[in-house]
This record gives sequence, C-alpha cells and structure tokens, in this order.
Amino acid sequence: MKFRAEINVMPHKALLDPQGKAVSSSMKNIGLAEITGVRIGKHIHLEVEADDEASAKAKVDEACKKLLINPITENYEFEVMAL
Amino acid sequence: MSIILRTFVPQISIMKIGVVVFPGSNCDQDMIYTLRSMNHEVIELWHKDTDLQGVEMVVLPGGFSYGDYLRSGAIARFSPIMEQVIEFANKGGYVLGVCNGFQVLCESGLLPGTLQHNLSHTFICKNVYLKPSSKTAAISADLDENKAYTIPVAHGEGNYYADAETLAELKANDQIIFRYCDANAAVTEAANFNGALDNIAGVCNAGKNVFGMMPHPERAADPNLGNTDGAELFKSLFNNLAVQA
Repeated sequence: MKFRAEINVMPHKALLDPQGKAVSSSMKNIGLAEITGVRIGKHIHLEVEADDEASAKAKVDEACKKLLINPITENYEFEVMAL
Repeated sequence: MSIILRTFVPQISIMKIGVVVFPGSNCDQDMIYTLRSMNHEVIELWHKDTDLQGVEMVVLPGGFSYGDYLRSGAIARFSPIMEQVIEFANKGGYVLGVCNGFQVLCESGLLPGTLQHNLSHTFICKNVYLKPSSKTAAISADLDENKAYTIPVAHGEGNYYADAETLAELKANDQIIFRYCDANAAVTEAANFNGALDNIAGVCNAGKNVFGMMPHPERAADPNLGNTDGAELFKSLFNNLAVQA
C-alpha cells in the first residue's frame, strides 16, 4: 500500500527563530501590528510504500530522525494517510 | 593508522591528507593549496569514493555541499565517503572541518552541537578575531591565548548552538578551540557577530581528534594575501597531532 505523509518541522520553542522574528517585526509595516509571535518551520510531503499504517508511520519516523530533522534545534509531527 | 612522529624540528613531518570534494564544495582548492604549500601530500577524495586511500587525516572544506538543501551538511553527511570518514574518526583518525565541513561534522554526530542561521539572518563575509581557547586541542595548543588571530569568515549558518548540558561538557573537557573576540582578545558580546553560544567559533570532540570551525584559516595562510594568522593554526595542528596520538 502507498501512504502519504505530511510532516511539520518547527524550531524548538526555547530557540530564537531569527527568520520568524524578522517576519514578525515586518507585520507592522503592512499594517498588521496585531500579528506577533511568527515562527517559521518546514512542511514536508512524501509518499511511502508500506504494508500498513503502523509500518508507514515507523518508516516516516525513521526518516525524520535520521535525515529530515535535527533534534538539537527542531521538533516534528506528522500525519500518515492511505492513498 | 600510522602517524608520522613529530621530530624536534617543527614543520618537517609530512602527512598524507585527504580533502573531500562534495558537489557544491568551493573552498577545496584553497585548502589543497594551503596544505601542499606546507609540504603535505594531499589527495582529493570525491564524495562518491568509498576508499580513504590510506590518508592520515581528512579535511572537509567549506562550500555549500548539496546546495545546503534541507540543512547545511545534512545531505553530505550521508554521502558514501562520509561513512568512511565517520568510521575513520571513530577509530581515532584526525578530521578537520572548516565552515561547511564543520556543519557536516555536526550533522554526522562527530562533533557536538549544531550551526544555526546567523542571528542577523544575513550571510556574513569579513575578517573576524579569534581567541584560542583550548590548550589541549592540537589546532590551538601552540597559539597565544592572549592574542586575537585575524581569520576570515563567510557563512550564513554559523551560529553555534548546543544545549546547556553539552556546553558544560565542552567546557569541562576543554573542547572549545576558538571563540570570537575583539582586537584585544577579549571575548565580548559585541564581537559575537553571528550570535554563537558563548562566542564559540570552533570545537573538537572529546577524543581531540576531530576539529570543526566556522572561520577559514586556509584563506589566511599565504603571505601574498597579507595575513598568515591562519598558517599559525595549521602549524599548531600538525606540530601537535603526533604528540596527542
């Protein structure tokens, strides 16, 4: 079976996110000073061949831990759905 | 691994050094030029190679390996040559990573911590001052800890970060090799141009055989360039490697 995973990667809350901070401070320049606390991460889509959902999740989790995220600075969550 | 023992005359030990070339490396030739100018035997190791060809030291040069896609160094870490480099380092082999090479070493787990985007979120290319901070790491052992060494940097992601526990270990084991400082070798907040934790510019592993630093000593090692502070780092490195072995 083929599954599709959608992965959200975010910088740890404790870390300063300079990109998010820069975007946050530019909000007032476009007249949206009400918007604060911007934090910017990544969204990753991928497809995975697996026997079942549990196995698909295990493979995605392995991909995250080995390559897609750096646990020192990032955390992640994902959803897996059958195609 | 065979290490050529240091003699009483500095700079006459010749090492066989492999410089890894990844797609996107752009400081490899500078590194090769510098090492050859110090009379070392240098071979180029392609990222797809799986044989270190008996080198006694591996250098990972600066650049943008694999376009810095995903995270700097993240994809290079899984190239065929890196599996060999990791095995080599884990057996005590000497490895130096500069700039992108440092990022690759952190992603590989050979060095603690990671390199985040500069606090300014801009690419910074300029000369900075470094204070040698470790008396037990070969690359800084012979340097004057009260002198500010002028070495160029060129990076967008050089903001060193590690958690509090790791930082405590780095300090306890004397693993911080260089820190950003001012012209008087004072480690100040103002000198910390990229926001690095504790002004850290470079670290080594606990075994003191793997070294990583963001600044480029190979860009300051030829008298024609008007600055040879970088050559002092290489001299210290090669003079002390055999002693540590």
